[in-house]
Amino acid sequence: MSDTQMADKDVMIDIFTRADLIMQSDIKFRKMIGAGQLQIVYYPVRGQEVVSAAMMAAVNQEDYLVTIYRGLHDQLAKGIPSKDLWAEFAGKMAGTCKGKGGPMHITHPETGVMVTTGIVGSGIPIANGLGLASQLEKDGKVTVCCFGDGASNIGAFHEGLNMAQVWKLPVIFLCQNNLYSEHTPMAFATSSETIKQRGDGLGMRSVRVNGNDASEMYAAAKEAVEYARAGNGPTLIEAMTFRFHGHLLGDTGHYIPEAEMEQALKDDPMPILRQQLLDMQISEADIAAIEAKNAAIIDEAAQYALDAPYPPGDEYRIDVLDVEIAA
Amino acid sequence: MSEKPAEIMFAQACNMAMAKAMADDPKVILMGEDIADEQGGGVFKVTLGLSEKFGTDRVRSTPISEQAIVGAAVGSALVGYKPVAEIMLMNFITVAMDQIVNHAAKLRFMSGGQTSVPLTIRTTTGAGTGLGGQHSDMLEAWLAHVPGLKVVAASNPADAYGLLYSSIMDPNPVIFIENTPTYFTKGPAPAPDHVVPLGKASVPREGSDISLITYGRGVGASHAVAEKLAGEGISCEVVDLRTIAPFDEETVLKSVAKTKAAVVVHEAVKNFGTGAEISSRIHEELFSELKGPVGRVGSGYAPVPFSPAIEKAWMFSEDDIEREIRKILG
Ligand SMILES: Cc1ncc(C[n+]2csc(CCOP(=O)(O)OP(=O)(O)O)c2C)c(N)n1
Repeated sequence: MSDTQMADKDVMIDIFTRADLIMQSDIKFRKMIGAGQLQIVYYPVRGQEVVSAAMMAAVNQEDYLVTIYRGLHDQLAKGIPSKDLWAEFAGKMAGTCKGKGGPMHITHPETGVMVTTGIVGSGIPIANGLGLASQLEKDGKVTVCCFGDGASNIGAFHEGLNMAQVWKLPVIFLCQNNLYSEHTPMAFATSSETIKQRGDGLGMRSVRVNGNDASEMYAAAKEAVEYARAGNGPTLIEAMTFRFHGHLLGDTGHYIPEAEMEQALKDDPMPILRQQLLDMQISEADIAAIEAKNAAIIDEAAQYALDAPYPPGDEYRIDVLDVEIAA
Repeated sequence: MSEKPAEIMFAQACNMAMAKAMADDPKVILMGEDIADEQGGGVFKVTLGLSEKFGTDRVRSTPISEQAIVGAAVGSALVGYKPVAEIMLMNFITVAMDQIVNHAAKLRFMSGGQTSVPLTIRTTTGAGTGLGGQHSDMLEAWLAHVPGLKVVAASNPADAYGLLYSSIMDPNPVIFIENTPTYFTKGPAPAPDHVVPLGKASVPREGSDISLITYGRGVGASHAVAEKLAGEGISCEVVDLRTIAPFDEETVLKSVAKTKAAVVVHEAVKNFGTGAEISSRIHEELFSELKGPVGRVGSGYAPVPFSPAIEKAWMFSEDDIEREIRKILG
């Protein structure tokens, strides 16, 4: 593990609260989809909770986020209310995007979630535009842009990081390196040993951390945020993590060697984080109260999503352009 | 230069429109390869003088990174800017297609109207410049096929001025296509407050026998043919779409309802071109009234050839337009 100092108590509680909400949401989504209550495409996030919980604990609600199809953890950590998010995942009118976006296309400007994209790597150039706007506005905002290790093999990654560095944009490129792109292990398709090296090659401040360690991840996030806010430019954070399920629900993950999976499960960041809280003299009762509160939020959100009505069919004519289009 | 010239060039008109938009709205920013003055004001000098006037914060030369340029335009547009991204030549739009098709065009819809992308992508293209296959394509049909994008092509400097200004101020993503071979042709100068609304065609020449529906470079060619045939007593009406998508169906159908015959003319390859859509719409609405099937004129189904001899044969011509008109009118 790291030589990073433990983050302070309040921060650890904050990170745990976000991470637990993510974990419980992921479990509930998988359960409901498995039971046929929801018929949606779903990209599990179990195992990656701490990366986004710690990252989003280091930014403000006004800061921007651009994320990808596997984005539930980022979106919840950034603060999208569970009810709105669940309703959108279910395709309901009460969802964040009136059911027109769905799980892969979540937008919620109130919490800074500007874009969720299903196109690998393509959020990177867009994050630059948000960063550019903040730079011109001098509004002090930072943009967090999340993507996987596979995305670093897309042209947009290289173009985007280069431009961000040349223009010194206040963007944090958070590569959540779970070692797999769909079924492809990183070493099979990625020429460099680390993603950090790619950032180094582009002249960008780049760090590689254990993203599953709350304190280490939070410290890296905080440093990157301060660096960006001070006008120094972007940081690439390569946060090492793992996903405990297949690429999407239905994928058994047969391509992950058994030993690798066993080790990853042993290193599950959630029980470790929980134990860290206990070690910091946060009581079992206090932790249980957080968990119970999260469970209640999720139960309510899930029921709300199930009960909510679908949008009317001709809703498709609205929001294509600024005026309604002809039938 | 304080006196207003009576005639201006097409390229100059675009420059003036951007200058006006930038002066009117501090949220208008420009980005593209080599566009700031220090890098020459753009390869065709269309942005010359603008960074001197508005600063390099607002007129930004970029790396050669079409995806990054359009992406940065999309991102800044999401939070209130009105970026104008220059893609040096239209063929290079292909490397930014993901940003245009999957993001610029769709984010308003997929967000349920929570965000919009008021960006303009200026680009130039056109055959006859001896640049061959990778620098001269007209790709408007690709873009017009994507819901959520507006596609604009002006045929003269005054329209270019008024349409580009409207494009920049429009709350939707707009692709503004300039024609390289006609950059330095002149036309009447517009008044400074001349605005041409998007989505409205013009009828620069009225006629009674047949409607020539066209845009961009096709407008000049159609005028020339109309002029020639007028001598024989054939009266052609010319409809300049100005906005290709969404096109002004009302004006087109009104014209054809009057003349009862039509030819759609464009420089792009004829197969699967915008002419197919427009002609089909006319058939759907006016089939029983037509003197004959709607004609289509476009360029050959091949990449733009280099050798002037083949390029000429490939490209749509005034002769093609004339032949098509005579075929329909018998
Ligand atoms: C441009 C593009 N190519 C291919 C795909 C199909 N695809 C979806 S996810 C994925 C793997 C991406 O892996 P990574 O970037 O590591 O992210 P992770 O899913 O591991 O979080 C692929 C290939 C896509 N969505 N977009």
